[in-house]
Order: sequence, then structure tokens, then C-alpha cells
Amino acid sequence: MLQQAFNGLVGGAFYALLALGLSVIFGMLGVVNFAHGSFYMLGAFGAYVLLDSFGVDFWVALAAVPLVLGVAGVAVERLFVRRLTGLDPLYGFLFTFGLALILQDAVKHEYGVQSQPYPRPPALSGSLDLGLFDYPAYQVFVLVVSVLVCAATWLLLTRTRIGVIVRAATERPELTRALGIDVGRWVAPVFGFGIALAGLAGVLAAPMRAVNPLMGADLIITVFAVVVIGGLGSIFGSVAAGFGIGLVSALGNLYVPALSQTLVFIVMAAVLLWRPAGLFGREEAAL
Amino acid sequence: MLRIEDLSAWYGEARVLRGVSLEIAEGEIVTLVGRNGAGKTTLLRCVMGLHGAGGARAAGTIGFLGANVARLPVHRRVRRGLGYVPDDRGVYATLTVEENLTLPPVVGPRPWSLDQVYETFPRLRERRRSPGTKLSGGEQQMLALARVLRMGARLLLCDEPTEGLSPLIVQQIGAILRDVKRQGVTVLLVEQNVHFAATVADRHYLLAEGRIVRSLDNDEVRAREHELLEHLGI
Repeated sequence: MLQQAFNGLVGGAFYALLALGLSVIFGMLGVVNFAHGSFYMLGAFGAYVLLDSFGVDFWVALAAVPLVLGVAGVAVERLFVRRLTGLDPLYGFLFTFGLALILQDAVKHEYGVQSQPYPRPPALSGSLDLGLFDYPAYQVFVLVVSVLVCAATWLLLTRTRIGVIVRAATERPELTRALGIDVGRWVAPVFGFGIALAGLAGVLAAPMRAVNPLMGADLIITVFAVVVIGGLGSIFGSVAAGFGIGLVSALGNLYVPALSQTLVFIVMAAVLLWRPAGLFGREEAAL
Repeated sequence: MLRIEDLSAWYGEARVLRGVSLEIAEGEIVTLVGRNGAGKTTLLRCVMGLHGAGGARAAGTIGFLGANVARLPVHRRVRRGLGYVPDDRGVYATLTVEENLTLPPVVGPRPWSLDQVYETFPRLRERRRSPGTKLSGGEQQMLALARVLRMGARLLLCDEPTEGLSPLIVQQIGAILRDVKRQGVTVLLVEQNVHFAATVADRHYLLAEGRIVRSLDNDEVRAREHELLEHLGI
């Protein structure tokens, strides 16, 4: 059971990284980024293509792919998303949904739907003795990296000047402009940062999950549930809910396998009945 | 300091300001009085550049420190020395009291230091690690005022700073505004509380249905407070 719980936390690490990015983007831009799963998929494919075609190893990909995707995210915001500000949120949905389909189909066109193999980096191919059980070293690495990245993001947002500005702009963009801050300048970097997190999750996923064009679409539905459970736009909520849902679905798999696909949504429905704004969300009406 | 000429503003088809012109000299405290819906808040929002989203538009000249700022984006106007105290006080829930104070940039020649702020508002020092909205209404108003003073703003635009506050706190706000004026700061104050306005301001503009209908000096207001209150429907 402990081992299953550990599996859950590793799975939750991906939810947390993706939900964190979605949450930061939603908070700052008010855009629900349906293309988030596609950027995760591009992260995995980026690692695969670098290794397969250029012989570039995992460690370089781990740094380079999120960086490149982050820059691509900045470009997408500058060129497209920015034009949708002030319009009905529906346009944001349509745009990011369309982008998701385009990215997914472009990759499908190039590589087909079958899964591509990606080996574990040699340094992490063994297993670690965790005291109670042996566990694959790579999975431990994934968990450690995602906890560190989530913690670093948390510190960035709570302890730095940039964090104060991003939190202020997220809570009340107009007021923040009226206090002399150029909110627009921060929007593209925040979008790029969220995309980079998705890319990082994708690279981390490549050695342990099937690398195929649909991997993002399969995962993102659950991630949306995670974000809703944590509270839309709540940074802490999305990370906590990410790991929590990872645990819940792994344990659910163990005890009630029949419900494994739906358990997340049952939890989501229950949370929404109890707290409509999510576990850590703030209700707009209360302000 | 501030010279508004022929300012009109619309929300969709509805015209809320109809050719307003007014002028405020450096170091003056001027109030804008008028009923609810007369256009007072809209006028402040036009000066800030906040009136313009979602079908709202404005036309006219807004001269601040000798330059027309009507076409500048909001943050660029602020950086020339504007300090905004919105009608809901504009305190962030996700920021601590101290983060609320230090968020905006310094925009003028004589910004208050944090120590100076905390000496004047000891309560804010005590609560500096709490979320901004955990403060009482009066404390939040003090926070909003302290924030623009820390920016060193040269012109404060205060939207009903006394609304819903106890007489004691209203007195404190009055004392702070008079103090600020002695330091050479200019204030444009939207106020329904004519009695309070008369204790702090040098001059008053009476706004009705989007027009300036009277310009009064303070003695006149004191002498005719009852008549004014009647006009305001209070």
C-alpha cells in the first residue's frame, strides 16, 4: 500500500506541475488554457526528438525544452492571446482549444499515433532502497524535482518583489495599473512560465510514460479537475490538490479499481458541493 | 497642477460627464460634491485613465503638471505623480499590509518612508504581516492613504475616504489631509459629507448631472451648508 501511495505521489507530481502552470496563467490572464496538455506533450516530444535525431541527452533536454517552450509561450501570448483581452472569455477557450488541436494534429501528422520509446537516463536507471521497499530511482527523481519546482515557485510568489506584483495583478489588475504598475509587461512572462512548467512536466514524463501525441489530452482532463478542486487561480490549492488527487487515484486504483477513472470527478463534485470555490479558492461574491 | 478642459465621458450611449472644466493649483485641497450618480467617481477615473474599458469612453483634455495626459496609459500617468485612493479603498486580500504599502513605485519628490508611515499610523505597524483585508474599514482607509503618501504622489485623488467610517476616524483623516497639504501635496477629494469637506478643503465644485454647476469657496460653503445639503438630498 505504501508503494501504491508513492506511485500516487509521483503521478500527482505531474498533476501539480501542470495545475500550477494553469493556475498561474488563469490568475493573471483570466484564460483557461486548453492548450496546456499539448505543451506537456510537446515537452515530451521535444526530449524525444532531441535524443532521436540529434543525440542530445535527457539532462540537456530537461533544461532546454522548457526554456524553448517558455519562449514559445511568450510569443503565443504576444501574438494571439493578447488580442483577446477584454473580449468574452469564450474567445480564449476557442483559441486555446484550437491551438491544442493544431499542435496535437501536427505532431500526429509527423510521428503517427504510436508511442515512441524514450530510455531512462543511465544515471537514474536503477532503483533506490527507500527503507520499506525498493523504488525506481527515476520516479524518486521526478518526485523530488517537482516538489522543488513547486516550492521554488511558491517562494518566488510569496517572497519576492515579482511575486508581490504578480499576486496584486492577479487579484485586481485595474487597481494595480492605477498604482503605477505596467501590468501588461508581466502578462507574457507569466504565460511563458506556465507553459515552461508544462514543458518540464513533459520532459519528466518522457522516460516513464508513453510519448505519443495524445498523452496531453489524456492527462489534461484530470488536471482541470485538479485545478477546480484546488480552487481556480489558487497557487497553493492547485499544488496541494495535484499531489492529493495523485494519492487518491492511486489508492482508489488499489481498493476500488472499478472507479479508478471516475474517482477524481466524484471528488471534484463532492468538493464543489461543499466549497463551490474549491478547497483554497476565494469566492468572488465574498469580496 | 491639474487643469481639466471640456471633459465628457460616456458609458455606452449614456453620457455621464458633459463638458467639465476645472482647475486645481498646487497645494490646494479641492472637493467635488454632488449627488450619487452626478459623475464624481467617473471624473476621478477619467483623470486616472481608468474610464475606457468595456464600452466606456471619454473625450477632453486632462492637463497634469503642464502636459496633456489624456492619451497616456494608466501607469504612465501615475508615474508622473498621481496617487489614487479608490472608493472601495483598493486593499489587496492576497498581500500583507506591508506589501500593500510597498507595492506601488515611488512617483514624486517627497515619498514617505515606511518608518514615517508607521509612526503616523502605528496600527499599520502592528498589523504589517496580516492580510490587507483583515484590517477594519477605518484601518483599510488609513492603509490606502498611507500607500499614496509612500508613493510620494503630488496629486491625491481620493474617492469618498470618509464613507461609512466613525466620526473619530473621519477626524483623523481630516487631520492627515491638512497635514499633507502643509507638505505641499495637492488633493482632489470626492465627498458627500459636506460638513467634513468644509473642514479640510479650500474650494469646492458642485457637480450635477455631469456638469459643474457651481464653484464655491469655503466660506460660502460654511454659510450655506444647509442649502447645499438640501441640494444633495441629504
